[in-house]
This record gives sequence, C-alpha cells and structure tokens, in this order.
Amino acid sequence: MMLEPETILAIVFQLAQLLLVVLAAPLLTGWVNQCQAWLQNRSGAGVLQPYRVLHKLFHKDAVMAHNASWLFRITPYIVFGCMWLAAAIIPIIAVDLPFSQAADVIALVGVFALARIFIALAAMDIGTSFGTLGARREMLVSFLAEPALLMVLFTASMISHSTQLPRIVEALAHHQFVIYPSLAFAGLAFVIVLLAENARIPVDNPSTHLELTMIHEAMILEYSARHLALIEWASSLKLFAYLSIGIALFLPHGIAEVGHWEVLPLALLLLLLKLTLAGAALAVLESVMAKMRIFRAPEFLGSAFLLAVLGLLIHFLLGV
Amino acid sequence: MSNTLPYSLQIINLLAALLLLVVFAMLAQRRILSLINLFAWQGALLALSTALVAWSTAQHHLYYSAALTLVLKVMVLPWLLHRLIRRLNVRWDVETLINIPTTMLVGIALVIFSFNLAAPISQLAEGITRGLIGIALACVLLSLLIMLTRRKAVTQVVAFLSLENSLFFAATSATQGMPLVVEFGIALDVLVATFIFGIFFFQIRETFDSLDITNMEKLKE
Amino acid sequence: MIDIYLLVLLLTPLLGGGLLAVFGSRPWAAELNSTMSGATFLAAVALTLRVVDSGPQVAFNEQFFIDQFNVFLVALTAFVAFTTSLFSRPYMRIEQHHGKLSTGMLHLYYSMYQLFSFTMLVALTTNNMGIVWVAMEAATLTTVLLVSLYRTPSSLEAAWKYFILCGVGIALALFGTILLYFASERVLGEGGNALLWTHLNQVKGELEPTVLKLAFVFLLVGYGTKIGLVPLHSWLPDAHAEGPTPVSAVLSGLLLNVALCAVMRSKVLVDGSLGTHFAGDLMMGFGLLSVVVAALFLSRQKDIKRMFAYSSIEHMGLITFAFGMGGAVATFAGMLHMTMHSLVKSAIFFAVGHAVQKSGTQQMEHIRGLLQVSPTVGWGLALGTFAILGMPPFGVFASEFLIITTAMHEYPWSTPILLVSLGIAFAAIFGKIQPIVFGETNAKPLPHPPALIPVFAHLLIALILGLYMPPYLADWYREAAALLG
Repeated sequence: MMLEPETILAIVFQLAQLLLVVLAAPLLTGWVNQCQAWLQNRSGAGVLQPYRVLHKLFHKDAVMAHNASWLFRITPYIVFGCMWLAAAIIPIIAVDLPFSQAADVIALVGVFALARIFIALAAMDIGTSFGTLGARREMLVSFLAEPALLMVLFTASMISHSTQLPRIVEALAHHQFVIYPSLAFAGLAFVIVLLAENARIPVDNPSTHLELTMIHEAMILEYSARHLALIEWASSLKLFAYLSIGIALFLPHGIAEVGHWEVLPLALLLLLLKLTLAGAALAVLESVMAKMRIFRAPEFLGSAFLLAVLGLLIHFLLGV
Repeated sequence: MSNTLPYSLQIINLLAALLLLVVFAMLAQRRILSLINLFAWQGALLALSTALVAWSTAQHHLYYSAALTLVLKVMVLPWLLHRLIRRLNVRWDVETLINIPTTMLVGIALVIFSFNLAAPISQLAEGITRGLIGIALACVLLSLLIMLTRRKAVTQVVAFLSLENSLFFAATSATQGMPLVVEFGIALDVLVATFIFGIFFFQIRETFDSLDITNMEKLKE
Repeated sequence: MIDIYLLVLLLTPLLGGGLLAVFGSRPWAAELNSTMSGATFLAAVALTLRVVDSGPQVAFNEQFFIDQFNVFLVALTAFVAFTTSLFSRPYMRIEQHHGKLSTGMLHLYYSMYQLFSFTMLVALTTNNMGIVWVAMEAATLTTVLLVSLYRTPSSLEAAWKYFILCGVGIALALFGTILLYFASERVLGEGGNALLWTHLNQVKGELEPTVLKLAFVFLLVGYGTKIGLVPLHSWLPDAHAEGPTPVSAVLSGLLLNVALCAVMRSKVLVDGSLGTHFAGDLMMGFGLLSVVVAALFLSRQKDIKRMFAYSSIEHMGLITFAFGMGGAVATFAGMLHMTMHSLVKSAIFFAVGHAVQKSGTQQMEHIRGLLQVSPTVGWGLALGTFAILGMPPFGVFASEFLIITTAMHEYPWSTPILLVSLGIAFAAIFGKIQPIVFGETNAKPLPHPPALIPVFAHLLIALILGLYMPPYLADWYREAAALLG
C-alpha cells in the first residue's frame, strides 16, 4: 500500500507532537514554578529543575512496600501512558493529524478517569492511612470536577455540533471572529476544573506534605525512584494536556488548518507563546488565591459545574 | 445565524451573560463588602451595555441613561453603601437562611424556568433582543432569591438594587429604551428609595441594636 | 377646560405638600392640610361633572386620560382623602397629647399626606402605563415613612416589610410594563406613545398575545401585592395595624383601589389582545383565594386594626373577583362595592382610631363597652361593622348581592365558596365587635373631642346608596362598566 505524501507528512508531524509533548511537559511545570518563585520574590530553581528531579529519581533504587501488589507496580506506567496519550492527541499545532481522530472529548475524559482510578487504587493498595485518605479526597474532588469538565466540553460541542476535539477546534478557529458568551462561562468553569484536577492551589498544594491539606501528594507518598519519576512526569503531562485543551477550546486561533502545513512553524510559535502566557497566568492565579479548606472544595467545584451549566443554558437561549 | 450579528450586539450579549454571572456571584457571596463591590460591577456592566445599545441603535437619550447609571449605580450608591456600613460598623459575613450550594441549585432551576418562560418571546424578537429578556428575567428572579435567603437588612437592600438593575437592563437592552420620562421617573424613585433605606437602617439599628431582620419577626398572621 | 380642572386637581396636593414641608410644624398645619385636601376635592368634583357629561377625554398632549371609570376613582379618592384629613386633625392632636407623636413627626405626616394624594391622583389620571408605575412606586415611598411614624419596634418592622414586599411587587410590575412596551413598540413604534393606554387600547388586537400574557402575569402579581391579594398580602395587616389610623384609612380605602385600577387597565388590554378570558380568570382566581384566606384569618385576630385590615383583603378580593368576571353587571357591582368599601372601611378606621385612643390598646379583649363612655364612637363602630358585613340597608349589601347573583349566573361553582367565606367573616367580626361596643367599659375620656362627622358622613352615604341609587350615579357607573367591558 502506497501512502500519500500528505499522509506521511501528517504521520511525521504526529510523531513530532508525541515527542514534543513528552519532552516539553516538565518544562511547562518548571516555568510555572519559576513564575511562582518570581512572584514570591524568590530566585527559584530555574525552569529546568523538573528535568533534574526526573534525572535524579531515575537513577535511584526503587523501594517498595512488602505488601505492594502488581497493581502498585504497574500504576505508574499506566498513568504515564494515559497522560502521554491524552497530551499527544489533543490538536494543538494542527487539526489534521492522524491520532487526532481519536480525540473525542468524552474519550479524553475517560482517559483521565482511567489514570485516576489506577492511582487511587494503588494508593489504597499499600494500606497506609495516608494513601487511603488521599485516594478518598481525590475521588471527592474528581467526582465533582468531572461533571463540570464534561459540561464545559458539551458547551463547546453544542457550538460546533461535534464531540470530536479537532472538529470543535476547527469550528471555533476557522469561522470569522464571533463572541461566544457561553464560552466565557465555560472558560471560567474550565479554569476551576483545571486547578482542581491538577492539584493546584486553592484545592490542593503540590508543594506541601501537610497531612491536613494534601490530596495528590498523599496518594503517591509510597512511591520512590523511577515510579515516582513517572508519576511526576505524568503530572506534568496532565497539566500540559489541560492547558492544551484550554487553548484548543478557548484560544484556538492560529492553529494549522487542514492542508495548510506551511503555517505550522507559525502555529508552533503561537502555541509556545500561548503556553508561556497560560503558565504565567496560572502562577499568578495561584499566588493571589489562598488554599481553601478541603470542605470548601465541593462548593468551589460546584460553582464550576454551575458556571458550565449556565454557559450551556445561555448557549440555548442566545443561540451562540 | 450568529455570524450575521454585528459586534456591538455580540458584546451586548456577552455583557448580558456577564450580568447573569454577577448576579450568581452575588448569590454565592458571603461577605457584605464583596457584595457591594459586585453590585458596583453590575452597574458598570449595565452602563456599558446601555451605552452600546445607544450607539448601535443611535438613540441618544440612552446615553443619558448610561451616564446616569454610571454615576448613580457605579459611584454614588456603592459609595453610600460603603459609608453606611462603615458608619453602622456592620462588616460581618452575610448569614444565609439556606446554605449556599442549595441556593445555587435553586438559582439554576430559576434560570431554566425563566429561559423557558422567555423562549417564546425570544422567538419573536429579531437580532439584538433575542434572549435578553430571558436573561433579564433570570436576573430579576435571582435577585428576588437573594432577597429571600438573606437575613441582614443591608443585604436585602443590595438585592433590591440588583433587582432594579436587572429591570433596568430589561428596559434598555431588551426593549431598546423606555420613554425618557419613564426612565427618569424610575431613576428618581430608586434614588428616593435608597435614601429611605438609609433612614431605615438608622432607625432599625437604633431600635433593635442590630441590622439582623430576624429580630423583626414579631408580627405574624 | 378639562386641562384646567386637571391641573388644579394635581397641583393642589403638590403645592400642599410643598407648603406643608415648610410650614408643617405650625399650629395651623392641620387646617392647611384639610384646606388643600378640600380644594383637591372641589377640583375633583368639577372634573367629574365635566367627564360624566361629555365622556372620556385626553389632556395635555394625551399624557392624561380621563374616562368614567377613573374619574369615579378620582372623586372617591379626593373625597376620602378630604374626610380623612378632617378626621386626622383631632386624631393627631390627641396622639400628640398622649405623647406618641412629636411636632417633627406631624410635620412629616402632613407633607407626606399631601404628596401621597398627589401620587395617587397621578396614578389614576395618567395615560402612560410607565407613569402609572412611577406614581405607584412614589405612593409606596411616601407612605412607608408614615407607617413607621411612631418609631416603635413593631411599626419599624411593619414599615420594613411593607417597603421590601411592595418594592419587590412593584419591581415585578415594572417588568410587566417593560414587556408591555416590548409588545407595543413593534406595533406603535418606539418613543413616548408606545406606552399610552389610549393608543394601546386602539391597537390591542395587534399586540403579540404571548408577550401580553406574560406581561399581565407580572403586572397582576406586582400591582396585586399593592392590592393585598393573597398570597402577597402579608405586608398589609402589619402596615395597617402599626401605622397611624388615618394612614390605615387611606391605605385601605384608597391605595388598594388605585392599584386595582392599574390592574384593570392592563386587563382591558390583555383580554382585548388575547380574545380570551385569560386575565379575567387570573383575577377571579386571586380574588377568590383572597376572600377565602382572609375570611379564615379573620377569626384569629386579636388586634382590632389587624382584623379590619384582613377584612380589607377580603373585600378587595371580592372586588377583584367581580372585575375578573367582567361583563356590565359584574363590573358595575365591583365599582359599587369599591365605593362602599372605601367609604365604610375608612369610617370604621376612624371610629376604631378613637376607640383605641380611649382604651389605650389595640387588643380587642381590652376594649370594652364603648357605648357607655362615648355613644357616638360606639354607634359609629357598630353601624360601620354592620355596613361592612353586608347588612341591609347599607350599600354593601346591594353590591355584594349583585356580585353573588352574577357569580351564581356565570360561575355557579364559586357561589358556595363566596357565601361560606362571607359567612365565616360575618361570624368572626360580629362576635368580636359585639362586646367591644356593648358590655362593661374601661375606657377613658379623650382630651380633644373626637372627629365623628367624617364617620357618620361616610355611613350616611353608604346608607343612602343602599336605599336609593340616583339615576345620575347609576348611569355614570353603567357607562364606566361598559367602558371596561
């Protein structure tokens, strides 16, 4: 079977995206941390710090609890795989890449859910109280965040009449510029979900191990060395994936359209710019907010759901 | 369909949606000071949308309404309310009768209800007004909900003013401006009402030593 | 010509409000108040004669519109406002003597009283549905400070409730008005004319029915709060019980009517547009509910002014029901009942006010044996109660009889409900008033002679109209009823 040159090109670019995301994700995390450091008047560890951490962790010997089962062992690989897949199939530089066809929004939410299930199961596998506590809190947060995320995605789907992420991006980016009030609501809701799902302030704090507040960190306390490295890397990928979804839904302009490979360098540059800005904005957002009590989290996420529903309703009412 | 709308109308739609958002934020708000600030924001959105309607429909008298809104509802009233709560020294949290998440759910139900109610009207209206009546109605009902679920007199007043804002939005944006004499009459009434509210605050506080209206539940049946 | 009468009618109370705002503390403020109200009444009479003779007309570039229906309310309003001002002169002096009111409070009372008359007359005569709203809101604002005049905790509570509830109600009415404008501007075009009732009435067939339906619901709920229709009535008993008695009398006798007039104007438009009986049905429903609920609450009252406030809700419900039924006879009966209720209820409040001053309490169990100390107040209250309960030969009997027979004819299912409710109300009020009028006394004499001329003047008119309806009046009412359809 002979492949069209177009198709080959598409596959090449897809592979490039695959590599790009997995390599660039820690950089994004590093950038967010660096911005935060600047905002707190610290000099910070530099944007490359996550790579150093990963490097260090990969060279250590893994220690594992005696009663750890196979589930505990394979979880880091599954989580890493899920996140990599998610980040790789989201159309961020071009809408017409081969894997993008799989980027159905509901499937995407499912991929995130799969990773979450495994990490929560692994946390409970050891049987320490922290792991169970973290898993339970994680489930509480995701139980509230997931419907909100789905509503956000549905709002975008209603506008573009498709649940395929490439089609949504196409519809939003390639029309003449239209203001969508419903997307404004969805955007706000998405920011809240993003904060909650990526264990950021005000729902969780990634840089603390305080037992009263930690959620994500409590689940991965038992991991060490290469397992921990994979999970950290997966977290970076998750943040990358979420920011990519955000960009795809709310700022898709400038992405390479179908059959317009020549704008790809420009699209890449724009993506870099958008990610830089989004990361900085995230850091600012985290700096101005205070960590909320865990019992307030349901309310916070409830408002995300509410906003998303409002967006959907407004879409129905206004027709845009 | 949506592509045919000029940008000014799209922005009005966006402002309408934001207005609804502000009312929801007021519904969720626990602190009186933030409530007043949100009210000022609401006024600003209102002034902006009124000015936009004036510009896009070339009705010059709406500029006066916009200016009046800006002065009255963004500056004077919030300033008065700030002053008032400083004078009365009431900066505590708002106590709600129902907890906030439940209120929000009721709020969503109200929005669905009013959108449904306004749907036949939205079908009638062409272009600009499409849907704005529904949003205005939702804002009216949500302000009523704030009024019903709050205990403090100040909060009730802010809710009342927000109710009035929603009505004003309906009058300017949805119907592109009521006759001028009516608008001035409405503005005058609101101003007088606010002063009377102020008088009341002092009388109530003098008499009950608090602005909590749960003190005022002696009269029944 | 009509312009001049109207100008005098509206400017006199406005001028009075201005004058009393300056001179309200002078000893002759009460007389000035009565004079201004009297002048207003004279202007109203002149206007009425003119309009009844020559039919509906517009004035001042169509901004005002007078027909037989609203001129009837103008006359009634001006008359009761006048007699109430006569009553309030000795009443307020006694209150001042008892130390309940200061001169400053009286100052506020007099100026607000005139402004209140002004806003009501504007609401009645204006042709612009938007101005109706503005005037109604202004009427709320002028009375809210009167309700809290005594500055007691319960009067403040009543005034706050009145303010908030009526504010909310009136806001909903504004939404209804906006919807009305929304419907009319596509027929009449933008600008000032789109809210003029006469214009709307001409094109009512072309107005969009769905919008008008929604608009009427909001208008009815909004102005219905003012009328005191159940379930929006809860401010009414508080405001009546806690405010000064003259204010209770004008609230009950006048403000409720004015709100009902606004609803009637909307009803004519909406039913004309829909071609159905939608608005009428809604009014009948609310009216009937008010009659039933108010009758049930009557027997539980301990405060005499609250009890008569509930009686006002009951009667306003009955009038709303009658207007809702529509048709020449029912509307005629409704108008007659409106007249009777305004006259008799204000007379009752006058008598009750003096009775309360004599015994020093509003609790009915402590007011006893009025006939022994003051036969005039006692008889006034007794006769007023007879009248309001619909005893022949008073006019209330005639109007209630007309309403019920019409209901029997048109909506037979409603007759037993009405009859039972009226029966319950009768038993409740009669049982409570009887020992107050008769029985052993505990009352004290008053420092000033009570004002009883207004009481007996009102009752006399009610009696005469019950026995004999002059053809002039009957024709006038009939024409008004025909206008409303």
